[in-house]
Amino acid sequence: MAASATSWATRRGIGWWALAFWIFMLVLPLMGSAFPSESFDYYMFMGQSMMVYAIAVLGLNLLTGFNGQISLGHGAFFALGAYTAAILMIDFGWPYWATIPVVAIVCFGAGFLFGFPALKLESHYLALATFTLAIAVPQLLKHKSIAGWTGGVSGLVLEKPDPPFGLPISPDQFLFYFCLLMAMILFWAAFNLLRGRSGRAMMAIRDHGMAAGTMGIDTSLYKTITFGISALYTGIAGALSAITVAYVAPDSFALPLSIAFLVGLVVGGIGSLPGCLIGGAFLVLVQNWSQSLSDVLKETFSLQYDVPSWAIYGVLLLLLMYVMPTGIAGGVLRLRGAIAGRLRRVETVRSKPLVLQSEGEKH
Amino acid sequence: MNKTSNLLTRRKTLLAAAGMALAAPSIVTSARAENKYGPGVSDTEIKIGNTNPYSGNASAYGANGRAASAYFRMINEQGGINGRKINYISLDDGYSPPKTVELTRQLVERDGVLLLHAPLGTACNTAIHHYMNQKKVPQLFVATGASKWGDPAHNPWTMGWQPDYHTEGVIYAKHALANVKDPKIAILRQNDDMGVDYLEGFRQGLGSVAEKFIVETATYEVTDPTIDSQMLQLKNTGANVFYNITTPKFAAQAIKKAAEIGWKPAHYLVNVAASLGATLRPAGMENCQGIITAFYTKDPVDPRWASSPDFVTWKAWMEKYNAGGNIADGSNVTGYANAFTMAHVLRACGDNLTRENVMHEAASLKNVEIPMLLPGIKLNTSATNFYPIQAVNMARIEGDHWAMFGELISASQG
Repeated sequence: MAASATSWATRRGIGWWALAFWIFMLVLPLMGSAFPSESFDYYMFMGQSMMVYAIAVLGLNLLTGFNGQISLGHGAFFALGAYTAAILMIDFGWPYWATIPVVAIVCFGAGFLFGFPALKLESHYLALATFTLAIAVPQLLKHKSIAGWTGGVSGLVLEKPDPPFGLPISPDQFLFYFCLLMAMILFWAAFNLLRGRSGRAMMAIRDHGMAAGTMGIDTSLYKTITFGISALYTGIAGALSAITVAYVAPDSFALPLSIAFLVGLVVGGIGSLPGCLIGGAFLVLVQNWSQSLSDVLKETFSLQYDVPSWAIYGVLLLLLMYVMPTGIAGGVLRLRGAIAGRLRRVETVRSKPLVLQSEGEKH
Repeated sequence: MNKTSNLLTRRKTLLAAAGMALAAPSIVTSARAENKYGPGVSDTEIKIGNTNPYSGNASAYGANGRAASAYFRMINEQGGINGRKINYISLDDGYSPPKTVELTRQLVERDGVLLLHAPLGTACNTAIHHYMNQKKVPQLFVATGASKWGDPAHNPWTMGWQPDYHTEGVIYAKHALANVKDPKIAILRQNDDMGVDYLEGFRQGLGSVAEKFIVETATYEVTDPTIDSQMLQLKNTGANVFYNITTPKFAAQAIKKAAEIGWKPAHYLVNVAASLGATLRPAGMENCQGIITAFYTKDPVDPRWASSPDFVTWKAWMEKYNAGGNIADGSNVTGYANAFTMAHVLRACGDNLTRENVMHEAASLKNVEIPMLLPGIKLNTSATNFYPIQAVNMARIEGDHWAMFGELISASQG
């Protein structure tokens, strides 16, 4: 797990894949203008959701995958970001884009502060502490002392932004671009952070905290700051969710949300940046698929009862974890490694059989 | 030459005949073309979308969606509505508003449904309220009792169904004022939108004396295990009126606890929790004597309805189409009656199945009687009235059943 985490960043060539992916994403919304259809805006909305989840999973990944701190409560930071954006838009009349920097500051602060008590807690205990955060936040949002701001149980209804400058695209195409822009900035920032000294320090703490300390890394500072940055990422995802869904309510941030982030993280690949994108897509797509699959099963076998879609979702997760224990990103890398290894071997067998022998002797 | 021309003419006649043959059905189709269809409708099918919490905290409410699906399954077996089968697509939103938005957009934009029927939950419906009205897609007979759904001036594509919680609250307040001397009111409330609506209505019903008479309000979360401490807190205020805004599990706990600690106030229990099967019997009937509620549906385990024709039909339907459902669960009654209302509207639309006409018919209900509603309750809507069910009847526990008293109270009187 750790090996794949560090190796992807240093491996050359992965940059081309990333570039191709982002260009593809940039071109994607234009397809809607080329081939207009009623359902295109829906697919754009799904794309927005995927990016929102991808950013949230990235936030969790920075903390868990690269710094070794487990959180079951990131739904709380997601909610904080969503409500900060919503309150700024409704009570202060801010434009949607201006809320993002404020959300970043607020969530970084909250994450940083929560990072202090978290220092005392290791692995499972930290997971439990953050778990309480996820449980408490929906109740706190309903509390009457802040109900004037949060809208209490009924939540806040927002206006969906229109494309600026009279651009000839639909609001959903525009929001797709807005989410894409944020995702590109945040992924680029994470990439740079992890490639540099700070990233290596974060990962050193994950791999062996005490050794990292002896090498002169301020482990407490790094851990709290990582918590802050992680909350910042997830908070921005929350703000984007509020803007794209145009509604926030305590029910939106119940416990399953935090669990979903963790699922996205594990499925995508712990300690992998592309894995976050895969995790985000997984969260949006697979639930829908399992529901359709449930219907298909019922029809093909003309069953008398419903196959619960959550059971299918669970079975899919189990299968995935058995086949790809390091997540989809890790699995793909391993697969690529295996194929490349075999190809190399075939090549060497063909051209330089003697070398292979000498290689074999080495082992 | 002659032969060929002969062949040609023959070919022409053949063509003409074929043309005629083709034209004949085309006359029929052109006649059918006068049928006006909105999205999701064809000569053989009407596509309807629905969202329900089949998973998550609120999954108990999912019985509503299952009942509606089962109802339309029966309709389809009986030949559909005006010859069209109902393709009822009911999806699980887990009671999470962002998920509701995603699924609703899937239903409207990808699956192309004619309308959304009875999406469940106040927050979930709020999340799609603006979208549905902007897109001009009917959001009909929503499965929530919030009072904001009947607002045709601003949201002409959304309509409620059940009597709203707010009005019910007003009715209890008026009853308490008229029947209890020097009322001191203690309130237990579920901390969600339902609880707020019931409380606001109650306060409005009390009017200016609300602050004076309400001595204590305690809340609980739907995820709490018990409400014992809240009950002790309420009892200690010495209140003589207890307004119980809870869901069945907590209502049963509250009734039991009140009996245990010997607190005997005038007890108003909201309709949401007034099920004999789910609340009162588990709490022990001896503890329930004198509890008051307001009803609009028939309680399925109330022996008085056992021989009424609509109950017999409902029970047969439960056994055949909704066998997994609990007979005592009121959601199976509301889900059934709500789906019946939907089917009634679609039937009234005839072959004019546009979204506009569906809304028009939904807003033109005149004294429509729906099975499993209390005798005398009729559905009425108009271009300015988007509250289909407006009457309730007060009832009191006597022995082992609810005894109705007084007359039907209409919401406008309340």
